[in-house]
Amino acid sequence: MSLLEIKDLHAKVEGNEILKGLNLTVNAGEVHAIMGPNGSGKSTLASVIAGNDNFEVTSGDILYNGNSILDLEPEERAREGVFLAFQYPLEIPGVSNANFMKQAVNEIREHRKLDNLSAGEFLKLMKERAAFVELDKSFLSRAVNEGFSGGEKKRNEIFQMAMLEPKLCIMDETDSGLDIDALRIVSNGVNKLRNKDNAFVVITHYQRLLNYIIPDFVHVLSGGKIIKSGGKELAHELEEKGYDWLKDVQN
Amino acid sequence: MSDEMELLEEVTSNEYKYGFVTNIEQEFAPKGLSEDIVRFISAKKKEPQFMLEWRLRAYRYWLTMKEPHSWAKLNYPPIDYQDQYYYAAPVQKVKPKSLSEVDPELLDTFKKLGISVEEQKRLTGVESNIAVDVVIDSVSVGTTFRETLSELGIIFCSMSDAIESYPELVEKYIGSVVPYTDNYFAALNSAVFSDGSFCYIPKGVRCPMELSTYFRINAAMTGQFERTLIIADEDSYVSYLEGCTAPMRDENQLHGAVVEIIAHKNAEVKYSTVQNWYPGNKEGKGGVYNFVTKRALCEGDYSKVSWTQVETGSAITWKYPSCVLKGDNSIGEFYSVAVTNNFQQADTGSKMMHIGKNTRSKIISKGISAGQSNNSYRGLVKINKKATNSRNFSQCDSLLIGNKCGAHTFPYIEVDNSTGIVEHEATTSKVSEDILFYCRQRGMSEDNAVALIINGFAKEVMDQMPMEFAIEARKLLEISLEGSVG
Repeated sequence: MSLLEIKDLHAKVEGNEILKGLNLTVNAGEVHAIMGPNGSGKSTLASVIAGNDNFEVTSGDILYNGNSILDLEPEERAREGVFLAFQYPLEIPGVSNANFMKQAVNEIREHRKLDNLSAGEFLKLMKERAAFVELDKSFLSRAVNEGFSGGEKKRNEIFQMAMLEPKLCIMDETDSGLDIDALRIVSNGVNKLRNKDNAFVVITHYQRLLNYIIPDFVHVLSGGKIIKSGGKELAHELEEKGYDWLKDVQN
Repeated sequence: MSDEMELLEEVTSNEYKYGFVTNIEQEFAPKGLSEDIVRFISAKKKEPQFMLEWRLRAYRYWLTMKEPHSWAKLNYPPIDYQDQYYYAAPVQKVKPKSLSEVDPELLDTFKKLGISVEEQKRLTGVESNIAVDVVIDSVSVGTTFRETLSELGIIFCSMSDAIESYPELVEKYIGSVVPYTDNYFAALNSAVFSDGSFCYIPKGVRCPMELSTYFRINAAMTGQFERTLIIADEDSYVSYLEGCTAPMRDENQLHGAVVEIIAHKNAEVKYSTVQNWYPGNKEGKGGVYNFVTKRALCEGDYSKVSWTQVETGSAITWKYPSCVLKGDNSIGEFYSVAVTNNFQQADTGSKMMHIGKNTRSKIISKGISAGQSNNSYRGLVKINKKATNSRNFSQCDSLLIGNKCGAHTFPYIEVDNSTGIVEHEATTSKVSEDILFYCRQRGMSEDNAVALIINGFAKEVMDQMPMEFAIEARKLLEISLEGSVG
């Protein structure tokens, strides 16, 4: 059974159909890159999988571990192991990263029928995972994303991913706005988290990120559908030729 | 979208936890207000002549005044002052000497309210050490730790006891910060107040425990008018807490308190309130009308007074804890979180009057509005001609939950000395769906996400609360806003 199976998915936002029959299968242990021109529906796909109710699924299905998740609330999907690294992480004034994570970790652990971590265990885990993305411990007491640089916000997303140990990790343009050093740090963090039980769907505009996070599959999303799939070499080809030639192929 | 609207309508499903009524035998003064009632209250309390005369002057002055209906952003029908009881007291056969002699039914009430009236031994180390004065309806029913405190020369007792035992202190200070001519409700309070707490900290004494008054309205159709007087003599320190609850009743109940604080040279007073009077039901029926005058006089040089308030209850809140900074280098602070939900209305803020040189003040106000409520900050910062090198910093932040509520800010600034520096910052934000989605994507339920966000928003004020109160206040915030997001 696949970890994620998207079948003929149609979705719209504010009356406009954005996804028009998208199919995608992701197995545990795999990394899938999704590339495509602006406005092709990449971020919509991420939002729909996470359950953002600004988007309406009109037909098709999303199966996670074989079960449809369309009726689940965003928090239920998260507790089942779906994680979205946001393209624009939000700021929450006055709420420390430590408190934010404690709330999230406890609710997820409760769902998984695990006991709450003790304060000591929790702090230890936080420090260990913060080191994955080279965030020092002073960041734990700062308010969530408040006054963070673009790079810090993205590192924080990967830190949260590391804390919550999801099964399906969707990264929505995590590389946008990152300089080379931050890109390397973020990618290293992700690579440390990869294992045979989880999978990554990496949405990006640029091939550059895929030099660090090596994908097993590359898909081109255009006009609300996946129009071409291939191995990691497809990304190089796209970098060279752009997307237009694919539209011609399609037509 | 329609789901969201439905949920928004649903708002708090949470019942007010303190809405029970205690069945105790009570005695009342006849309904209505007249000179006879004022005399009745004074006689009931066996007051000295000066108190009766002061009350009567206040009453006669009140008769010449009009209820302030025009300037506050509050909407309520005129109050019928004749349709209220002005005195209600639990019947106690003999005056209890200690709390162990108090009616067990009453003691049970405190238990339900979660107030510890037993004098816990310090050694147990589990229960916090707080001295409590408990006021039910019109009278104080007991004060704990009186003996421990009196060894340090600290007087902590009910106002009635103070009038009886320390009339010279009362006569000297009562009305010295809030004269009965101050405003309509202060005049009414001066005429009919029936009890409250009194506290005197002598020179050089640092009060070793939190002092606290717990106010409870129990009787129906009864106004509660208590009066608190705190005097901090030179080089002294005290931290004072006030809590309040009332039963759920369909009619509106009137509460008109006055708090006066006097801080002498180098003295520091921290006054914290958790106000949780019954707010009325979801349709806006019932609830307490809370018209309160709180003012501190920083009389001495280098004195300091901090007001901290968490206001979650009452149908109407009208309250502006203020500081008169008379002493040179004196400091006034005001930290407030005001929450309104359903049909609640709050018009609250602070006044900082800079008179002495180098005086400083700070106002941090956080308003949270949900449901169809209205929440207003109203404040005045005045720097007098002689207040050279004075400074004020004000910050007023509003947080909106849903799209049917309102947040308003009315700051008034008057500066008559060119060396004064006044800063005012204000923000308005909304608990947006984007932030909620972000939290939920991390596995949090919507209610827990809202609780986290509002606690973050209110943190700067909550950090000022004494530990024992902070926890209670945080829970209260969460409960009063539970289910308020769709």
